[in-house]
Amino acid sequence: MNEQEFLEYVQSGGQVETADWMPDDYRAKLIKFIEMHGNSELMGVLPEREWILRAPTLQRKLALTAKVQDEVGHSQLIYRVVEDLGKPREQCLDDLISGKAKFHNVFHYPTKTWGDVGVIAWLVDAAAIISQKALLRCSYAPYARIMKKICWEESFHILHGRDVILTLMNGTDDQRELVQESLNRWWGPLMQFHGNPIAKEEDPMYVWRIKSQGNEEARQQFLDGYVPQIWELGLTVPDQELRKSVDGVWEYSEPDWSELRHVVTGHGPKTEERLDLRRSARENSAWVRKVVLAEAA
Amino acid sequence: MKEQEQQLLLEIADDELILGWRDSEWTGIAPLLEEDVAFSSIAQNEIGHARALYELVARARGTTADELAFDRSPDEYRCAPLVELRLMDWAETIARHYLYEKADAKRLEQLKHSDDPEIAGLAAKIDREEAYHRIHAQMWFDRLQDEPRFVEALERLRPQAEALHDSAHRGEHTAELTDLWEEMTVVRRSQPTGTKW
Amino acid sequence: MIYEVFRQERKGQPLQHAGSVEAADDHFADVYAREQYGRRGESTALWVVARDAVIEIDDFVDELNRNYHRVDGYPLKEKLKEARERAGTAAAPGDR
Repeated sequence: MNEQEFLEYVQSGGQVETADWMPDDYRAKLIKFIEMHGNSELMGVLPEREWILRAPTLQRKLALTAKVQDEVGHSQLIYRVVEDLGKPREQCLDDLISGKAKFHNVFHYPTKTWGDVGVIAWLVDAAAIISQKALLRCSYAPYARIMKKICWEESFHILHGRDVILTLMNGTDDQRELVQESLNRWWGPLMQFHGNPIAKEEDPMYVWRIKSQGNEEARQQFLDGYVPQIWELGLTVPDQELRKSVDGVWEYSEPDWSELRHVVTGHGPKTEERLDLRRSARENSAWVRKVVLAEAA
Repeated sequence: MKEQEQQLLLEIADDELILGWRDSEWTGIAPLLEEDVAFSSIAQNEIGHARALYELVARARGTTADELAFDRSPDEYRCAPLVELRLMDWAETIARHYLYEKADAKRLEQLKHSDDPEIAGLAAKIDREEAYHRIHAQMWFDRLQDEPRFVEALERLRPQAEALHDSAHRGEHTAELTDLWEEMTVVRRSQPTGTKW
Repeated sequence: MIYEVFRQERKGQPLQHAGSVEAADDHFADVYAREQYGRRGESTALWVVARDAVIEIDDFVDELNRNYHRVDGYPLKEKLKEARERAGTAAAPGDR
């Protein structure tokens, strides 16, 4: 097979397995994309794990611990896929910590309140799941297969998020305010999350059928699914321009793309602190990996 | 349920709650991703055991598990110093894990013979889940037993593990517990008692 | 070492490849596979095997189209039509 034949193959729904021939460009783009996903799951743990201790009931404590555990589990699944494509896990972690490799914008921001715990599980996870569902059709089969497990596990995350939010909205004035205040802070990053709206035919990830959905399509899906859920609780979205036009398309204020670029290239409010935590945790436990994996190596 | 029995159950529940928190502090930063997932399950089991024990005592006292878990003041907790320690070195964590499971197995064995069928039944359930913890602890013990830092941690923590059986000195806490309690209850205390979360 | 994990969702169903875990030895592989593929009770059984022990086969040769032992080697439509006509039981046009 040559590159043109491969392109036609994936564009007509063909699936690629680990041992199959693939163009160098496809492999490189795949690794970069999947690696960023793995990094995001691993970094996403850090803003949330702070709240395990602060969880105000035993049920919430358990649910949050299980949610964060899932995210670590997802990173394990994802890095295994990357490793089988040719980039070892340790190298991925090196690149993550050095800033060479990226992770999604939302995980560079602080979590300030219990409201954030709800908003993240309800809305940030929802935005991620929309992208993840589209990846179920990824041309690279091992990745598509783990996406199935990931999507299944994420289903409880959203329900947990919604449960937290609904309980707060049914609670005291202070609790309701927690949600609104959190939403006000997270809306900007949420709108940036799916990336700027390049036409999918110009997006190499779509051309190779690694992604099966364009960025704007994903954002529209998110707005369609979740703005009604937000409004029906009496919450306001901090965007005056947000409305659904007569032809069913959501209009909104232009997201701050320069903020997205700035954050994702390692300048988010919490980027450095979180990468430092990763670095020191990794250094402190290097001896364990040496002891445990040495004999097997 | 007699007061003495309640106190004993609270000892175990408080141990499991605080240890469950300490163990869950590794979530996201454990030495191996696979181990991170496994150790988090152990932490969740511990919190789950705490919850089940609190629920038993709560029913006897006409309160709720959450109120017992969070609404007492720090000096009212019955947890042992061993579980309060923040041990962010893997050798220390595994040493504590290994020692705690051994001590816990002994007290669960006694509890399984309680006259109270509810207590005996719960102890049996917890014991069956703990079997998995013991296998995990032994597996790591076998791997680390030649590591000087692990041997040293075991020796250092052993006396405190033995103190788990010493009910008389429960209530003597480390300085770490107050800080932990402050942060553990900060969200809950921000609203009146009885607020739903 | 990489271990491949096969899982069975419910009794009676086939075991399917579910993924892989990295583990130092069989003991760790047991624990880690159990966690990744069973912590929610989503599997009734797991088979865990070192990747090195798996024999992978993905090259099959059939140069001479050996369809004698496959269903597609038996197109019977024409023969059946002829046989029915001969027996006078041929179906009217439009019938199946």
